[in-house]
Amino acid sequence: MMRAQSTPVRRYAATGSLAMLWALPVILTLAYVLPFAGVTLWSVTRPELGLQNYVRIFTGADFQAIFFRTAWVCLVSTAITIPIAYLLAYYWVMGSGRRSRLVEICIFIPFWISVLVRAFGWVVILRNNGLASDVANAFGLGGLSTGRNVWSVITGMVHFMVPFAVLPMASVMRKIDRRVLLAALGLGCRPLGVFWRIYLPMSLPGVFSALAMTFIFSLGFFVTPMILGGGRVVLTAETVFVQMFQTANWGLGAALGVVLLVAVFAILWLSQRVMRIEQLMSR
Amino acid sequence: MFGKSRLGGFLAGASGLFLLLPLVAVIPFSFTAKRFLSMPDGEYSLRHYVAIFDPDTWLASIGTSTLVALLSSVIATALAAAFGIGIWLRRPASGRFLIGLVLLPIIVPPVTSAVALYFLLAQIGLLDTVPGLVLSHVVMIVPFAVIAILGALSRLDRNLELAARNLGASQMQSIIMVILPNIRFGLFAAWFVSLVMSWEESSVTLFVSGVNVITLPKRIWDNLRLDLDPAVAAISVIMILATTLVILLRKSET
Repeated sequence: MMRAQSTPVRRYAATGSLAMLWALPVILTLAYVLPFAGVTLWSVTRPELGLQNYVRIFTGADFQAIFFRTAWVCLVSTAITIPIAYLLAYYWVMGSGRRSRLVEICIFIPFWISVLVRAFGWVVILRNNGLASDVANAFGLGGLSTGRNVWSVITGMVHFMVPFAVLPMASVMRKIDRRVLLAALGLGCRPLGVFWRIYLPMSLPGVFSALAMTFIFSLGFFVTPMILGGGRVVLTAETVFVQMFQTANWGLGAALGVVLLVAVFAILWLSQRVMRIEQLMSR
Repeated sequence: MFGKSRLGGFLAGASGLFLLLPLVAVIPFSFTAKRFLSMPDGEYSLRHYVAIFDPDTWLASIGTSTLVALLSSVIATALAAAFGIGIWLRRPASGRFLIGLVLLPIIVPPVTSAVALYFLLAQIGLLDTVPGLVLSHVVMIVPFAVIAILGALSRLDRNLELAARNLGASQMQSIIMVILPNIRFGLFAAWFVSLVMSWEESSVTLFVSGVNVITLPKRIWDNLRLDLDPAVAAISVIMILATTLVILLRKSET
């Protein structure tokens, strides 16, 4: 199909379109892919030739603590993000006109606003003597732990990721045929049963993409954790920043960057396998 | 029929409020009369909005951000349009691979991209310069422009282009007079998304600039890390209002 159509198109295609096609890939190869090779080189040559940076990353107790903390924070934030995003996606797609519009506005205003501004909003709320502790004090809950801790980081990360997680879920939900749901209702299934037994399973592919996306985003992100953790909740991506600019340990920073990249591709590969298995099961 | 459950509606409402909460919380802090970040207690002031117009700090950064965002969004849109049209016209066997390559900067962790771009700019001596920053931003935002343009092209009828060619238009004529006008909304969307993405770009920016070239996100970052200047609240309120306005206007149009 593809080939049969492409032959006549190709026949008259001039070299101009060839240059157009290749300009961007060539630029990105030079300005992005090649530098990765350079970074990988840094990771095994700085400060001296050898794998000592990787050895240090995988055996050092400090790095293991950081990896463990990163995995934990990312898992918890993903686990909180997904149900919130699912709920919003559901009402965006299935809600009545007014509800759907309201939800859409709630999703897209933060979506377009800079992560820094959003993190700042949480600083205002969560810092010591901030709004949250004022409210807690007003309710007699003095001494509620706020400020720069792991829960502040998780709150900020969830807030960052929810709008992103909504999109793949909503696009799958939009393709669900409502007549299937009506048929189930007509055959006597209770509304809650329709949701649990039909809607939820049909929307699962969207949930899986959102899961993979959220987890990957949270792994490589350092702006929100650095502002809300304030150096007390150090995650892997933040460590790259610190190693490169505060301790000027470029080789170690580069090696960590490579490790993060490999981790992300491993997760992508895994999630695609899971999705394929999931598709096989649903047939 | 669906989406009417009370509990579900309540929870969705709570989630929506959660998303808006930090944006609303910032507003009162921008009107404080004090020099440090605090709730205004009885005394309101616009001094922190005035501070934004300081030509040495905030205004300079707004200028830098605007310049970088305009340059990189135009370059990114042009490159993405050329790439998208090239893919659409030629449908090369390597198409999927090329699209994957071009979308890489979205998938790769931002911090890793930042290290790679830092390496590149260090090699070619463009660290902490406007051209270096524009180059980094183009790399980071071009995938979003490509997605918007490929989406627009996928809705374009191939027969239009074939008809133009059949009537004697050269390939360039058909691109300029047929394809580009037909995907103008996609082009605009691509440009606008890349403009916003560049304006807000913080992760790579923090790596590759910051002493001579200070964008608005970098200045906000410094203020958040060192002292909490209420001017950040004022800037945030302006950005939040602008975003809300654009979204509400767009909603009321459709």
